[in-house]
Amino acid sequence: MSEKILMRATNVTAVYAGEEGADVPAVDNVTLEVPEGEILGLAGESGCGKSTLGNALAMIANPPLYVLGGQMEIDGQSIGLTTLGKSANARHRPYRGQVVSMLPQGAMNAISPTLRIRRLVCDVVHAHHKDMPRSEILDRASDRLDMLGMPKRVLDQYAHQLSGGMKQRMVTVISTLLDPHLLIADEPTSALDVSSQKQLIEMLLAMVEAKIMRGVIFITHDLPVLSMVTDRLAIMYAGKIVETGRTEDLVHQARHPYTSALLAAVLDPTEATRTKHVLGIPGAPPNLGHPPTGCRFHPRCAFVKPRCSAAEPAFRDEDGHLVACWWAEANPGVTVPVEVNLA
Amino acid sequence: MTETAPAPAGAAAAPVVLAADHVTKQFRVAGGKLTAVDDVSVEFREGQVLAVVGESGSGKSTLARMLLRLLPVTSGAVLYRGRDITRIKGADLRRYWHDVQAVFQDPFASFNQFFTVGHMLRRSLQTADLGGETAEQRIERCLGYVGLKPEDAVYKYPHQLSGGQRQRVMITRALLVDPKVLVADEATSMLDASLRVSVLNVLQDLRRDLGLTVLFITHDIGQACYFADQVVVMEHGQVVEHGPTDDVIFNPQHSYTKRLLADVPNLKGSLKSQRLG
Ligand SMILES: Nc1ncnc2c1ncn2[C@@H]1O[C@H](COP(=O)(O)OP(=O)(O)O)[C@@H](O)[C@H]1O
Ligand SMILES: Nc1ncnc2c1ncn2[C@@H]1O[C@H](COP(=O)(O)OP(=O)(O)O)[C@@H](O)[C@H]1O
Ligand code: SF4
Ligand SMILES: [Mg+2]
Ligand SMILES: [Mg+2]
Repeated sequence: MSEKILMRATNVTAVYAGEEGADVPAVDNVTLEVPEGEILGLAGESGCGKSTLGNALAMIANPPLYVLGGQMEIDGQSIGLTTLGKSANARHRPYRGQVVSMLPQGAMNAISPTLRIRRLVCDVVHAHHKDMPRSEILDRASDRLDMLGMPKRVLDQYAHQLSGGMKQRMVTVISTLLDPHLLIADEPTSALDVSSQKQLIEMLLAMVEAKIMRGVIFITHDLPVLSMVTDRLAIMYAGKIVETGRTEDLVHQARHPYTSALLAAVLDPTEATRTKHVLGIPGAPPNLGHPPTGCRFHPRCAFVKPRCSAAEPAFRDEDGHLVACWWAEANPGVTVPVEVNLA
Repeated sequence: MTETAPAPAGAAAAPVVLAADHVTKQFRVAGGKLTAVDDVSVEFREGQVLAVVGESGSGKSTLARMLLRLLPVTSGAVLYRGRDITRIKGADLRRYWHDVQAVFQDPFASFNQFFTVGHMLRRSLQTADLGGETAEQRIERCLGYVGLKPEDAVYKYPHQLSGGQRQRVMITRALLVDPKVLVADEATSMLDASLRVSVLNVLQDLRRDLGLTVLFITHDIGQACYFADQVVVMEHGQVVEHGPTDDVIFNPQHSYTKRLLADVPNLKGSLKSQRLG
């Protein structure tokens, strides 16, 4: 299969500058790609660096966050992601919202309740196209709503009149009005009820089918949501990607012990959930200022061996399913036995 | 698992600890009244985990606050061990507040950032009957129930704890006064799945080891499935379905329950491939 790659980001490193040089490298040398027309899920426990990576890729990092390195190839263009240097902001501006658009975490709560939605739509577009007439913007927005089966009257309503689910769908539509190549959606479903989650997911899928955007990075710690909506998953732990591949492969044949532990902790309303007893991952995620040596998961891993703390495992590529783990290296093709996570 | 789902006969035999009897709550809002809880009757039996599930706005928290006597009822009664406590005051009410403890969603909100965890726990013990234990012994015992050692928590400030540790400390605080009922309102909703499961395990152990009755309020029917004995489903302030967990989740009768279950995302299927046929 020779898939066309829409976006490839290589060696992205981003740090939060701390006092007296105590920097927190929240994203450490990450490489990631999104094939044309696909949705990539980015998962991992909170604090592992998902939003930081999203901000670095969307070129919206602000101090104290600095992108120290990383290159993005997208649609034939090559963009240096680093925010070091005076011209970085001016260099990145033309890409924001149009090549890569970010739907930030909590965006729907950030809208002022007394703002009319049409006003918000115009403000967002004017930030990129100062001179586009309002009538043109609103025509575009109402065509878009029509196409997605959403009521056009929403444009005339105030934010406080919309339900949480409708508000979240609206900010998603607005953040893609300029037809970005890549949409990065940070926790878009986390504050929604299941029914609104499903509506948002279906709308995103419809948008990808309609080629409104050519790829999506969907960030959440919610694996069931990701398994419904994504083509691929990347699992992040303590600032690094540890496993990535096709969604069904990761969900059914997890190769990394951390992925397996996350999957075991999923509680969906099934017979399996009713009868299982999940151990939970012992300990807590590390302080990213002082990450563990070798494999960063080693203090919490059921498979840990001495070499795990001595050296960092490299990625092993098994037919596009990538995993960085010494156990996986020694057990090629073997799915992590889920029993280690259960009592 | 049989230990999480006692036989119906055993369930029926356990005495009712707490009950809502035709409880209604109306709020005055601009342009009229909003009925947040509408004629709800439910019984909580000793040593059971009862989950109240429903979408946001369905009235779960309002019901919990009335049961906790933090919010007056508009009509109906709250019964504790068969006694109407809807209007008790003073020492009676304080005793009730010892017996029925609450753990809420955001552990950060209820923590004073300037005091250590130990300070906060000792303050909670001020009005408690220690029955021969010292405060330190009581704190150590209760931290033990949630899998924490004193050195993990007592000298720490809230911001030095992880989300899961904070929520365990909040459970510890509730346990210090030797409660009979624990009301957990979305207590695990902000936690990652792996931490969530460890907190649910703690609640399950407390039920087993201390005979605690747990009222577990959640919008997440999957968590109810993991460890509740009984499930109550609320929609628009009303109880639309109520029964043993296996019946409600695997053989739902009400259309709302069915829809709720149908919309829960799972690991089994991709909507994308379903759409493509
Ligand atoms: N404003 C900030 N200043 C300093 N460190 C931060 C800041 N925001 C996040 N971090 C650090 O970066 C890490 C990753 O954060 P984030 O990307 O928000 O994680 P996630 O989105 O996976 O929950 C956190 O563990 C935290 O240590
Ligand atoms: N103090 C209040 N004043 C007015 N309306 C309220 C108040 N508290 C809750 N409500 C309303 O009551 C309904 C039920 O809310 P709540 O009990 O918080 O639901 P849940 O916990 O299931 O999300 C909602 O419509 C909410 O807006
Ligand atoms: S490298 Fe070692 S510690 Fe890390 S996940 Fe693999 S087995 Fe576990
Ligand atoms: Mg985040
Ligand atoms: Mg609530």
